[in-house]
Amino acid sequence: MINLFKVKAKQRETAENVNGKAPVKKQTAGELRLHKDISELNLPKSCTISFPNGKDDLMNFEVTIRPDEGYYIGGTFLFSFQVPSVYPHEPPKVKCKTKVYHPNIDLEGNVCLNILREDWKPVLNINTVIYGLFHLFTQPNYEDPLNHDAAAVLRDNPKMFESNVRRAMAGGYVGQTFFPRCIS
Amino acid sequence: MDRIDVTNPIVNFLFSLLEDVGKPKAEVAAKRVMERLSGVNIVPHFCRIEDKDLDFYNDFNIIVLGLDSVEARSYINAVACSFLEYDANDNPKEETIKPMVDGGTEGFKGHARVIIPGVTPCFECTIWLFPPQVKFPLCTLAETPRTAAHCIEYAHLIKWDEVHSGKTFDPDNPEHMQWVYTEAVKRAELFGIPGVTYSLTQGVVKNIIPAIASTNAIISAACALETLKIVSGCSKTLSNYMTYNGVEGVHIKVTEFVRDKDCLVCGPGVLIELDTSCTLQKFIDMVKEHPKLQLSKASVTYQGKNLYMQAPPVLEEMTRANLTESLFDLMRRVPSGTVHVTGTTSENGKKTSGVRKLRVAFKGVDGIADMDTAGGA
Ligand SMILES: [Zn+2]
Repeated sequence: MINLFKVKAKQRETAENVNGKAPVKKQTAGELRLHKDISELNLPKSCTISFPNGKDDLMNFEVTIRPDEGYYIGGTFLFSFQVPSVYPHEPPKVKCKTKVYHPNIDLEGNVCLNILREDWKPVLNINTVIYGLFHLFTQPNYEDPLNHDAAAVLRDNPKMFESNVRRAMAGGYVGQTFFPRCIS
Repeated sequence: MDRIDVTNPIVNFLFSLLEDVGKPKAEVAAKRVMERLSGVNIVPHFCRIEDKDLDFYNDFNIIVLGLDSVEARSYINAVACSFLEYDANDNPKEETIKPMVDGGTEGFKGHARVIIPGVTPCFECTIWLFPPQVKFPLCTLAETPRTAAHCIEYAHLIKWDEVHSGKTFDPDNPEHMQWVYTEAVKRAELFGIPGVTYSLTQGVVKNIIPAIASTNAIISAACALETLKIVSGCSKTLSNYMTYNGVEGVHIKVTEFVRDKDCLVCGPGVLIELDTSCTLQKFIDMVKEHPKLQLSKASVTYQGKNLYMQAPPVLEEMTRANLTESLFDLMRRVPSGTVHVTGTTSENGKKTSGVRKLRVAFKGVDGIADMDTAGGA
């Protein structure tokens, strides 16, 4: 049985001792798990990570992917990651910040990747997600379309899909949609 | 910081449909209870739980939770555990324990539990009890919706961004919710899917299952009774997790879960004594040799500050200069504190990685020797 009166007296004293110090930042279990994920990152050469808010904010970061094979070779694609405080209970929120002509990424930057939604498991990590994104560029698939038109072209006419991708990446129109240049 | 909406008075007898819609729940509930029971004093606070500082929570003897999310529970749990201190033998100091009573319901199901930090499992020890929310694939929402919930999630996750560039959706804003509802109805009509209603929209977007007044009554009664038992010591408390299930007949079960002894939130961590001159590099070497740790390639974090990161290269570069600094200085010259270390251990030739909690105490520094709080970070 806990002696609550003892608790009270003791904690008053602690509160006084703490007075005058800067408030302690709460670090959640999610931040600690993310710390582990980040400190163990092992990315392919074509992927780089950056932390726009500096070394102490790991919950918000950006990943740049430069595919070295496939339809999207030569392009540079930026993704933003927002990691929730209950990570890895919940997956990170990922958006593609580069407008891309891609069957599995819509024009708002939503990404259809199973491990970001229905197949997320707490044993997965940031490295897995980045590899998953990387594979979307080497193996775009028309079976999980978010950009309906791009998916239909990839399925029915891969040659035309390839030239549409080249046109979009060089900066130009595909149909009614303009894509800014993303080839360096 | 919820306000009362039209459906609340039906499931909560403290609220009146005529007078209270739109008012803060906390204020109305406090007023009604005080009207009914003389001698009871309740101070309502209409704000987010994160808005109160640690001192506010420290003033209470018990924390009773009536929360609706994993996030909120995880936060309060971290706060309550941050007051917990351990002695040199890794036993919790009784006077620093702040008990919590948690309850929750989902339709016909509910749970009530007693958390005595350092004694019974904390919320984080057993977070796996809360299954992750079901998330529909985005391409299903975009291409092949089959249910009313698919139409609602389409409006919420895809259509919202398409129309409101850059404006974040706020689930507590009725206009935003109305917009999602209207769009979901259009979507459902297009695909000939029945069943989109405003309350289903709220439920899907906020991940809420309709409340049943009787389940709430059973769970809140259990929480109130456990709280009374802790305060008065009149009887043994629930040990430590009760589930109520009224879906098919009635099942009530009490499970005695065990603590995760390595829990980063409520566990004692490994006590390490250091000289004030010990550099971060020397500390990292020590962590590798320490018999209880044997962590190689350690990355170190203290109260949200990354002192050293082994990877990625961009962070290693930013934190490398700290290696020659003394840990005492890096920890802003506190007599003791909690540090978290990530690294790899190898057991029988198999490498595993993990995060460990360390209670670092500096030798010969005066001050309060028992300041090493459990969740202090
Ligand atoms: Zn715990």
